[in-house]
This record gives sequence, C-alpha cells and structure tokens, in this order.
Amino acid sequence: MSTATKQIEELANTEYKYGFVTDTEQDIIPVGLNEDVVRLISSKKREPEWLLEWRLKAFRAWLKMEEPHWQNVKYGPIDYQGTSYYAAPKEKKKLNSLDEVDPEIRATFDKLGIPIEEQKLLSNVAVDAVFDSVSVATTFRSKLAELGIIFCSFSEAVKDHPELVKQYVGSVVPHTDNYFAALNSAVFSDGSFVYIPKGVKCPMELSTYFRINAQNTGQFERTLIIADEGASVSYLEGCTAPKRDEHQLHAAVVELIAHTGATIKYSTVQNWYPGDKQGKGGIYNFVTKRGICKGDRSKITWTQVETGSSVTWKYPSCILQGNDSIGEFYSVAVTNNFQQADTGTKMIHLGKNTRSTIVSKGISAGRGQNTYRGAVRIGKNASNARNYSQCDSLLIGDRCGAHTFPYLEIKNTTAKVEHEASTSKIGEDQIFYCESRGIAKEDAINMIVSGFCKEVFRELPMEFAVEAQKLLGISLEGSVG
Amino acid sequence: MLQVKNLKVRVEDREILKGINLTVNQGEVHAIMGPNGSGKSTFARALSGHPGYEVTEGEVLYNGKDLLDMDPDERAREGVFMAFQYPVEIPGVNNAYFLKAALNAKRKQAGLDELDAIDFMKVVKEKLKVLHIDDSMLQRSVNEGFSGGEKKRNEIFHMAVLEPALALLDETDSGLDIDALRVVSEGVNAMRSADRSFIVVTHYQRLLNYIVPDYVHVLSDGKIVRSGGKELALELEEKGYAGQAALRHSSGQAGARR
Repeated sequence: MSTATKQIEELANTEYKYGFVTDTEQDIIPVGLNEDVVRLISSKKREPEWLLEWRLKAFRAWLKMEEPHWQNVKYGPIDYQGTSYYAAPKEKKKLNSLDEVDPEIRATFDKLGIPIEEQKLLSNVAVDAVFDSVSVATTFRSKLAELGIIFCSFSEAVKDHPELVKQYVGSVVPHTDNYFAALNSAVFSDGSFVYIPKGVKCPMELSTYFRINAQNTGQFERTLIIADEGASVSYLEGCTAPKRDEHQLHAAVVELIAHTGATIKYSTVQNWYPGDKQGKGGIYNFVTKRGICKGDRSKITWTQVETGSSVTWKYPSCILQGNDSIGEFYSVAVTNNFQQADTGTKMIHLGKNTRSTIVSKGISAGRGQNTYRGAVRIGKNASNARNYSQCDSLLIGDRCGAHTFPYLEIKNTTAKVEHEASTSKIGEDQIFYCESRGIAKEDAINMIVSGFCKEVFRELPMEFAVEAQKLLGISLEGSVG
Repeated sequence: MLQVKNLKVRVEDREILKGINLTVNQGEVHAIMGPNGSGKSTFARALSGHPGYEVTEGEVLYNGKDLLDMDPDERAREGVFMAFQYPVEIPGVNNAYFLKAALNAKRKQAGLDELDAIDFMKVVKEKLKVLHIDDSMLQRSVNEGFSGGEKKRNEIFHMAVLEPALALLDETDSGLDIDALRVVSEGVNAMRSADRSFIVVTHYQRLLNYIVPDYVHVLSDGKIVRSGGKELALELEEKGYAGQAALRHSSGQAGARR
C-alpha cells in the first residue's frame, strides 16, 4: 500500500499550474477608493460624461450599502482601501493589429493555452483576452463584423457603440442591485461586449479569457451580451490568476438580454487560484450574473463549472419575462481543501408558459464547503409555469460539507414545480470496483466524479467539456487518501 | 502460476481465513466450495486486494511475484480479474468508456500501444458476439439499472475483454435463474484455455455442472478441509457440508500441491 500512499501524496502536492506571474510594465493607480479614483478610472478610459455620472451614482449608492454576510461562507474582512482599482499593461502605442500585442502578454496567453493569434486558431472560437483591467486582444473581429456581429472589449463598445451600451448597461443588474454589483458599476475597468443582430446565428463560439496578473488589484469586469430578435450565440468565459498569499477580489457583473426568439448560451469554466492547502491566498469570486428573456420564446442557458477561487459567491439567474421563454442553469461546483462555494440560481417566472430547469452538482472534498442556494419565483401572471430542479451533492472524505437551500415562492396556482435532491458519498466499493479492473485510484475518482457531472458537462461546447473534465481531475487530486 | 501459503485474513476484528494452502497451475479450474461463513468469498476478495480484508500472515506468489505487495489495480493490470458477487453501479460512466480505460491501463502496463476507439470497438463487438450479449450493454452506465442477471453477464463481458491470466469468480451463480446461469457459464467455458486459470467460488454444486472444475476444495471455518476432483462436488451435493470438517484428515490434498 505504500506506493499508493506515496502516489497520492505526490498528486496532492501538484501545484496550481496557472500560478505564474507575467513580468510586464504596469500602469497601476494607487490603492484606495473614493470619488477621485472613480473619476481617474473614467478619465483613463476617456469615457463620455454619462458613463462617469453613472459610475458616480453607483459609487454613492455603494457607500450607503453594507457588505452582505447572509451567505454560507466565512472569510476575513476585505480591505477596500487597500486594493488598487485599475491596473493595465503600459500602453506603448495604440494597437492596430494583434501583432502589436506585448510579446510578454502574448506569451502568457500562449502558456495558458489561449492562442490570441488568429492564424493559430484551429478551433472555431473567437477570443477576447482580458489581462488585469484591460482587454488586450479580440480575434476574428472582422469576420464577425461581416455578419453585423459586434464582439469587442467593453471600453471599445463605449467608444464605438455608445447608444447600445447606454441602452442596456445596468438594465438587468441595476447599479444599486447589491453591494458588489454597485462596487463593480463604480470601478469596472473592462470586459466584453457582444451584440448579435436580428436573425443572425453567431457561427462560432465567442470566448473571453480573464487573467489577473497584478498584485493587490481587484478585477472588476462587466460583460454585456445582447441577442436581438431571432439571434443566437454561445459564449464562454475562462479565468485564471497567479498564486499569491493575499486574497484578491474579483467582482464581476454579467448582463444578458435575449429578445423575441433569441437564444443565449453562456458557459463558464472558472479556475481562479483557489488558495493553498492551508487555505492561504486565493480569489474571492463575488459575481453577479443575470439574464433577461425579454421577448417571447427566448431562451437563456447558464452552464458553469466552478473549480477555482477560495470563496465563490454567485447565482447566475434568469428573468423569464417573455411568454414561452426558457431559463436553464447547469452547474458543477467543486470545493477542495479550504475552498468554499455558495452558488445556485434564481429563476423568476413572469411570463406565461415559462419553463426553467436547474441541475446543480456540488462536489466537496478535503475541508471544502459547498452550498446550493436557489430561488424559484412564479409571479401571479405566470400561468402554466414549470420548474424542475435537481440538486445532487457528492462528498469525498468526511471533513467536507454539502448544504442545500432551495427557496420557492409561488403566486400562481397553475404552476408546477419539482425539486429533487440527493447526497451521496463516493463509495470505497465503487473505487475498488474500478481498481479491480486495473484503473488507478485517481483515475477511478475522476471517472466517478465525471459520471456524476455528466448531465452538466454535456451542456458545454465540446472542446470545453474536455477541458472542464481535466480541470475537475486537477482540482480533486489528492482528495482521497 | 498461483501459490498460496498459509494465508490468514482478518475482516474487522475477526480472523476469517486461518491458514489456506493452495496451488493453481496454468489452465486449471479450481472450485472453492463451502457453507456460508466458511470464508470462501473472503479468499477471493483477499486475492483481489479488497481494502477491507487484512492479510495477517502468509504468502501469495503470482507468477513468482509477491501478489500481496501489489495494489488492487496493479494486480488487475498483471492479469488478475475479479468477477464480483455484487457488481457496483457507477452512474453516468459509460460501460464502453470504462472498459476502454481498463483495457488500455492493462495494455500500457504490458508495454503495448493503447487502443483507439475504433480498434477497441472491434475487439468489443467480437466478444459481444461470442457471449451473445446485446450491443446496448455498451452504451449504458456501468451496471446502473441492470438486472441481477445483466450485472453478472456484464462481469463476464468485462472478463472476456480484459483476458485475465487468473479469473476469480465470486459466487457468480448467486441470484441467477437457470437460463442466466447457462449463458454465464457458456461465457466462462468459451474463455477456458491452457494459459488461463480460474478460481470459482460457489455455494452450490449446480454451477459446476456447467463449469466443470479440475479440482474442488471444501472450505470450513477458514481452512481447506478437503480437496478432490470434480466428483467431490457431487458428493457434497448428496451429503451436504455437514460433517466435512470431521473428514479433513481422511482425504488427500489433491489440489494443494506446493
């Protein structure tokens, strides 16, 4: 048995492989947060007056709010004045093409397996790469533009398509929505913007890759995706960060708008640095994601695979306003060592014949704590609304925890709501069965966990499903002794 | 190929096997029989490396190597196969995918190239045909929602694909009706060969009508009390297990050569 123990120890000591730091000249503003900082960010980005006003409104609202603590996670106080709210690789000159991206930064994305040179892109994916606070490259832009699709950084959208940004920003997640959304609205630096015009089916996956590099900075990006009537788009975000002993705050806002007959599929593979085995360092991932099915027969699907971050706190939600609209939420959340996750969704049924599906798979290992928190609200006019929720928890070892908090609020008697929940432990007998067929213990655990997550993985675009499965394996390495 | 010397095994705080001696040569089929609680399943599970079965004394040599020093997955890759009495369900894991991982793990150990999906399917389809098993078995999750008979057939199917050198069948006949029993036995018989050995653990003689053993050993209270040829099974059928312990000194240890 000694060889097995050794092998597991080796695996357990596998380093977080995205934890390196890129050495590039940075333009970082001093730590601290006040109105001047908000003005400075806005001026650095050469923003129009209306956006600065919006930021300031959000900042003033934030000052009056209190950091929420109802979620089932524990973490030390966040020093909002000890964080820098803007960091960008020093701009040497204006970029005209991808070739002009700083080689250091390009090397970083190559190392992460995210090629940002178009010619190298074999897969059918357009990428927007966000490095600390700014977007450094967006690929395939011209090809998409031929179809009228806008895919660019948020800052560029502010410059080039101000009417769209002005119309939609804050329309799903208002600047007063919650503490972290207000903070984001005040200090957000960049993010991605997508607009799919009427009747256009986006021919490739759109993807944003977020990378935190600078120290003592927070990352506050905003993503805004609009699918006009009959349009459809599949969008994926991925994230990594260097290893640092201090916690770093990531407070993003994502807003999705689906008009009549439109479909938006939003997939996340989140692998922020989770902290070390003693729980030191790691990202606080406090994110507000919400979509609105504005028009009839529209559909929004959230799929998330959350394996990183020391604390995750997010509820990608759907407001089902249009009649016959559909909201879906598929989630895998893994917590190992000292990671904590409080995640789930809100499905708000307002229109008639609206349907929602929730499939949540929580996996806890080590001393990880995993909470599913979900709300299903059926409004009084939402006749014939349907919801199906399924929450499964898998425990590995006996020091971790799984918690489920489903909230139901039903104001229409024609609603049909189903909730199923299960908790299981990975059985020694399952592992032994695999071993008796020659499959090594670590592979056996991966296989059993992947099987458990199958319903979610199959919702991911093909190439990301493979990536997610690998990530799951890495996250759980050494979790069974 | 397998030499078991004075094997003692403990489960929790109870000593179940109290010194087993057994030699199995290549191509031989040995049946281990005995009443409930005699330790026959414990014997099979200890050989496969089940973590709940602690070896306290003795030695097991498998092709000259110390079997007890190997982890269960290592034993499997070296050619030891266990057909479970109660096969475990693994939801969401495709049976074909599972088997491919198992077969490739074994091939890798043997220094062979891993099979790709296409070559693997060729191997598998052939085995399915020989065993008269339906293709649909491949696409289902491992044992999930299988009937008792289907689970046992799946075990034999796994065995056919993995082609072990030593197969341990742990009460494969339990819970099978006569038709399922026939199908499973035919599968085993189709795999008998000069370079493959079997240890068949069973409570009932009826399985041995289909899988005819070379040697039969009777286990009682953690020890082999009698060994003989296939006719011993018939004798047990007639007289039952009662009194076998008393007979232990009156019979030779035909199968227990060293």
